[in-house]
Amino acid sequence: MQSLIWLAIALPLASAAILLCLGRRADAWGHWAGVAASGGAFLVGAGALLEMLGKPAEERALDTTLYRFIPGGDLQVDVGLLADPLSITFVLLITFVGTLIHVYSVAYMEHDPDRRRFFAYLNLFVAAMLLLVLADSYLLLFVGWEGVGLASYLLIGFWNQRREYATAANKAFFVNRVGDIGLIIAMGLMFTYFGGLDFATVAESAPAATTAQLTAIGLMLLVAACGKSAQFPLQSWLGDAMAGPTPVSALIHAATMVTAGVYLIVRSAPVFNGAPDAQVVVAAVGAFTLLLGAFIGMAKDDIKKALAASTMSQIGYMMLAAGLGPIGYAFAIFHLVTHGFFKAGMFLGAGSVMHGMKDQVDMRRFGALRTAMVVTWVTFGLGWLAILGVPPFSGYFSKDKIIEAAFVGEGWQPWVFGGAALIGAGLTAFYMSRLFFMTFHGKARWTDDQHPHESPALMTVPMIILAVGSAFLGLFLAVGDRFTHWLEPVTGHAEHHEPVLPIPVIIAATLILVVLGAALAWFKYGRGDVPEEAPAASLATITARSDFFQDSVNRAVFQRPGQHLTRTLVYVDAAVVDGAVNKQARGWASLGEASRRLQNGQVRSYAATMLVGLVILAAVIVVGGL
Amino acid sequence: MNAMAFVYLAAILFSIGSAAVLLRRNAIVAFMGVELMLNAANLALVAFSRLHGQLDGQIMAFFVMVVAAAEVVVGLAIIIAVFRARQTISLDEPAELKG
Amino acid sequence: MVSPVLFWVVALLTVIPSLALLFARKAVHIAMSIVLVMVGLAAAYVGLGAPFLGVVQIVVYTGAVMMLFLFVLMLVGVDQRENLKETIKGQRWIAFFTAGGLAVLLIAVIGRVTIAPADEVVGDPEAIALVLFDRYVLVMEVLGMLLITAAIGALVMTHTPRLLPRKTQAELHAARVLAGADPVNKPMPGVFARHNALDVPALDPDGNPIEHSVSRVLEVRDQMSDGAEFRERLDSTANPEDHQRPHHAPSRESDQRAPRASEEDGK
Repeated sequence: MQSLIWLAIALPLASAAILLCLGRRADAWGHWAGVAASGGAFLVGAGALLEMLGKPAEERALDTTLYRFIPGGDLQVDVGLLADPLSITFVLLITFVGTLIHVYSVAYMEHDPDRRRFFAYLNLFVAAMLLLVLADSYLLLFVGWEGVGLASYLLIGFWNQRREYATAANKAFFVNRVGDIGLIIAMGLMFTYFGGLDFATVAESAPAATTAQLTAIGLMLLVAACGKSAQFPLQSWLGDAMAGPTPVSALIHAATMVTAGVYLIVRSAPVFNGAPDAQVVVAAVGAFTLLLGAFIGMAKDDIKKALAASTMSQIGYMMLAAGLGPIGYAFAIFHLVTHGFFKAGMFLGAGSVMHGMKDQVDMRRFGALRTAMVVTWVTFGLGWLAILGVPPFSGYFSKDKIIEAAFVGEGWQPWVFGGAALIGAGLTAFYMSRLFFMTFHGKARWTDDQHPHESPALMTVPMIILAVGSAFLGLFLAVGDRFTHWLEPVTGHAEHHEPVLPIPVIIAATLILVVLGAALAWFKYGRGDVPEEAPAASLATITARSDFFQDSVNRAVFQRPGQHLTRTLVYVDAAVVDGAVNKQARGWASLGEASRRLQNGQVRSYAATMLVGLVILAAVIVVGGL
Repeated sequence: MNAMAFVYLAAILFSIGSAAVLLRRNAIVAFMGVELMLNAANLALVAFSRLHGQLDGQIMAFFVMVVAAAEVVVGLAIIIAVFRARQTISLDEPAELKG
Repeated sequence: MVSPVLFWVVALLTVIPSLALLFARKAVHIAMSIVLVMVGLAAAYVGLGAPFLGVVQIVVYTGAVMMLFLFVLMLVGVDQRENLKETIKGQRWIAFFTAGGLAVLLIAVIGRVTIAPADEVVGDPEAIALVLFDRYVLVMEVLGMLLITAAIGALVMTHTPRLLPRKTQAELHAARVLAGADPVNKPMPGVFARHNALDVPALDPDGNPIEHSVSRVLEVRDQMSDGAEFRERLDSTANPEDHQRPHHAPSRESDQRAPRASEEDGK
């Protein structure tokens, strides 16, 4: 199966093409075709996993070259798929969670007239995402990278009849372009320094390159990762991206696509290992974003936006881990996988709540839903426990490892990064508990026309499966460091380092902070009264509610000057460039006008001209003595 | 007296002919100016024939005469055609060549 | 050696008439002057040892070319006078300086030339023919073709094809009526035959004289009679009969009656 891994991409791609080309004729069965394609991709991935498990660790990676993509002189790029432990991990995550979300969407989108189109886009996304993780070169990765960007754009703007949704889609697209430029520049640098774009060449050549070169490449890759993974300062699009249907938020903007940045960093380990400065920047961006996301999450009343902020914060953890180097790569991916499960589960839970509450997203109008939606409550609760990092749920095994790893190192770094991770854990506990309690506990604050009810089985079953994953996947993978060993061929073996604090102390501190955060949330939102309207709040809260004025900052720092620059350039183009061309043309025209006068129509003038020429010629001959 | 004197005479006649072409508006008169220039050339040819003691100059002059005769026929035909079309043979009239 | 007398005669005979090209107003005068120039040149040719060319010059230029010029001048209007006032700004100065400059330059060039003395040759017809039909026979043939082409070209250019069929007399008459002209001939003079009637205007139906029925020559010579005395007699005799007759077209009555009345008067 490993050599047939291209089928995993081909199936959803073909399904998307068929669904889009057939149009309304496929309305009746299109969603099931989408589910089948995604499920088929999962089966292919699972087959590949079984085959790989049967091999010794060093021989698990398989690079299949399909055909030559760009046969151009020094730049030879093949379309090749790399099926190694890292990419298979992603394939399984994407296809498993993706298939569940496909199933969920069948019910969630049941009343939408464009459900077939939705599944076509979802399949397109799955295909592009699989291409992204299976590619064996940065260029092919970039194809997938743009493909998921396109799918994300299409799905955020799925209900593009609403103007703000279409705007949100545009925003996501534009911000992602900024990141893409980073990736393009990084590829250019790689081609210049290494002479190739495939992972193998880069891994071979990277140790020989200078630190400055690697740092430049690394920082450009970081820009790309920031754009895709909504890390500071390119995080502003993620909140607005919640305009898309909730399954999209679950699949693309929580579980898979936004983690592509982390994948990129981990995949580029050979580059980052040689560029400590770039690693520190990656870690710093991750640490900053995890706190930023947490603060934003504490202030948001929109359940999806709160979850989006949480996603940003959790990816911050992953970036932090990825920035720590070999000791963090595996934990970053580990947390990515568990996060994919519990966050997707919670998003599906939020979708289920919205489904039962007539698309209400304001948590202040929820409350006491645990009785009305038992399944949703339980599954969401499991996800909640997982993200809090309560043992023995998934999040504990992944996040706690990251916090421990953050405390490893020398000088100021372990204290800053470790401290941020530690505080982030407490903040996470607070805002997730706030979300959980505001939604499912306390008094009912429903509007009169809302009659909460449990969602159909097509929706609850995927939620249950994801909840089970949220609960036990971490434990399953962490036993005996299974996952770390599984990834070792890719991430490299990490020497064991002792954190600056004893591990039990770190664990205890984390748990204490988590309990404190959750308790505070319980007292404030679980037991206490929650006003139906957002109360006037302190400056800090307002700041957090408005995403730390990111939009205003972007507008002031980039958009306005950009517009002015554009206008100036347009003016310069019109006045100088066009002006020069037009003036020149006018000059030639007037020259023609002047020479037109020579053609006065008088035959005798022409004869005079001839004779003058003759005289001049004779004069030259005479004077020149020829 | 040397036959070279006739070459000087030819030069003067040629200049008069060219001036006539430039100055006269009547197409026929201008045409006569052209004829005078041709004849000046003939005179020079004959004089050179004499100076060099060879007959080729005279032959050339003869050819020039033949060509001039053909030219006159065609030129006058053109003048008549133009006159029929425009009722004038002034060279200043057909200013349709004006750019 | 060439006789200086011949040279000076030829020089005067050519340069002075050729100046007519620049200063004469009438094209006919210019053409005749050029004929003179041609004759002078023919004399020069004979004097320079080219008797054949001299004869050809007379025959071709004075006999054919210049006569052709004169024919064309007659065709396009012999009395055309040319206004010598220059219409193109500066053309006169340009012409003066270029022609003068050309003369000066040519003379300067000629002055430098030295040619080794050579035996005199005489271009009599036999000698010319020997060269012409030997070395230059091909050129001769080509020139023959050129002449034929030129002749046909001239024919084609001066030929005007008839675009419309020739009009018949009936059509011409119909066109005249359409144009509003007199449908019949203009009235003849001399209504009253007792005088030399050519100088007496005819009368229109109302008895008024028609002036243009009398020849313009008589009018210019002031020999026209207005015919008043004849009209008086006409009126006195014709009036009584008018009332007895039925009404007819007045013109016909007067036409028929007038000769009869005059006959009576004459008796």
